[in-house]
Amino acid sequence: MYSRGADNHTWRKIKSALASGIAFVSALLVIAPLGLVFFHLLVNGAGSVNWDFFTKLPAPVGAVGGGMVNAIVGSLELLVLASVIGIPVGVLGGVYLAEYGSARINSVLRFMGDVLNGIPSITWGVVVYGLVVLRFKGFSAYAGGLALGLIMIPLILRTTEEMILLVPNGYREAALALGVARWKTIVHIVLKTASRGIITGILLALARVGGETAPLLFTAFGNRFWNHSLNQPIAALPLQIFTYAISPYDDWHRQAWAGALVLVTGVFCVNILVRLLTRGRGVSVV
Amino acid sequence: MEIALPPTTAAPVEPRSAASAMAPPSRFGDKAFEWLTLAMAMALVVLVVLISWQLWRGSSLAVQKFGFRFLTTSTWDPVAEQFGALPFIYGTLVSSLIALVIAVPLSIATAAYLTELAPLWIRQPLVSLIEMLAAIPSVILGLWGIFVMVPWLRDYPFPWLKRFFGWTPFFTGPIYGPSMLAGGLIIAIMILPIITSVSREILRSVPNLQREAAYALGATRWEATRIAVLSYAKNGLFGATILGLGRALGETMAVTMVIGNTPQIAASLFKPGYTLASVLANEFTEATTDMYLQALFEIGLVLFGITILVNLLAQLLLRTISTTSATRAVQ
Repeated sequence: MYSRGADNHTWRKIKSALASGIAFVSALLVIAPLGLVFFHLLVNGAGSVNWDFFTKLPAPVGAVGGGMVNAIVGSLELLVLASVIGIPVGVLGGVYLAEYGSARINSVLRFMGDVLNGIPSITWGVVVYGLVVLRFKGFSAYAGGLALGLIMIPLILRTTEEMILLVPNGYREAALALGVARWKTIVHIVLKTASRGIITGILLALARVGGETAPLLFTAFGNRFWNHSLNQPIAALPLQIFTYAISPYDDWHRQAWAGALVLVTGVFCVNILVRLLTRGRGVSVV
Repeated sequence: MEIALPPTTAAPVEPRSAASAMAPPSRFGDKAFEWLTLAMAMALVVLVVLISWQLWRGSSLAVQKFGFRFLTTSTWDPVAEQFGALPFIYGTLVSSLIALVIAVPLSIATAAYLTELAPLWIRQPLVSLIEMLAAIPSVILGLWGIFVMVPWLRDYPFPWLKRFFGWTPFFTGPIYGPSMLAGGLIIAIMILPIITSVSREILRSVPNLQREAAYALGATRWEATRIAVLSYAKNGLFGATILGLGRALGETMAVTMVIGNTPQIAASLFKPGYTLASVLANEFTEATTDMYLQALFEIGLVLFGITILVNLLAQLLLRTISTTSATRAVQ
């Protein structure tokens, strides 16, 4: 009887250790793709990331060499355009939710935000195509920037709201007691206090849309040359990677790997920067 | 020393007039600012309406012409202007299902490891790595899929599956590489981080009393996890799964690059497939006729409808357990 009990206990201990082992292996499998992707990016891309890559236009079809300078600059231009739309709307909308909105309005707005966050990014491309590209008869940097900017709005709005809610009420009361107008209190005291968190949210949103390809396919469209007017199609790094990856040319494949390495490095740098900015604070990054 | 006094001729200041001389504080700035922020917040509502309206308007002719047949027929012939989206709907559902079958057990096991079983020092680094995985752009995962994952699948796991499970209809026929199974696997990789992080938040929100009660009864660590934590959180974990499904259905670039892009309905997972999002990515700029474009808008509408429904279900499931941290992780 006692020995049976002891056996049973040992067996339960073994089972517990086994379960922990399986869970550990699962965790390894989950992060394995990260390691594998990074490894192959370095192996296949590092050789082609050189001075030419950052300074030259894509070579004509068949010619070896060339770079992606137009795509890198194009991506940055698109991010600026997206910021012009996404940041003011997102930050001020977040202020409304945190400072003014009644519980009822807020629950509706939050719900809409969740709906928007769940929409596939390619849908934004389709919608902006219908709204802008069809209407103005052409792909353009404006259309691409708009698509990215619209994706940024719900992302920035929600983080801004959360960051503002973290500001202690005493700050607001102190300012109001001194006779400062409410809107000045919000702009100068509340937003300033929450600025670090808000900037974090903006950076994460930029990192997210900077890697987006699907909304740009039929808005920004891509361009093998310099973009001379924002009314014209423009190149973007993710688009260029996609075009090169599905092409039949080996040299283009090499360029795609190099572009991917540059893009991923950029995205990871922003994420690490965010981690440093928010050290010790529980900010969800996903 | 004489102190300069104000001329005595000046009338003494009456307290009442002083108060009235001070203009009442203007509320204009406050009102204007409140309305400005309200207008910006309303952008959320405007955007949802705008998307629905644009997709509806863009596809109205196709909806009228094909009606319900659009969803139930399989001919996709732009030249003859015959459009049936069934193979795309099938491809979207099957690839997402494969992704869930692979990703859900791994994600939940990882979440349990992170909250219950792992040594404390390992938890934060693991969480950071998973967040890094979530940050990899879809197109880069697709690039890796084309040149690394698909050739590897073709050479090792696929022949193995065919040899041992070839008797089922799922693993028969020639092996090309780009296939429904490859598409499902790449989607699985894309949704691992979100399911893991939402599940982790849900497990973290399980009250400690649950665990203490289990340990007090002499449970081992695994027994406590299984009985007191996982079963307690099962609704929330189901919500995390549905949320992952919502992401899987809309995944575009990586899938497009490895699924083979062939509109067909086949039992074998080695055969190439096509998804709603992929057909948009590939054919939108090639739509030469109005009806072709209308049909593609309708594809967009179908995709939008499905993802909205799935996301609503997920939100509902996650709301009922209502933890602020869980809803925050959803972002």
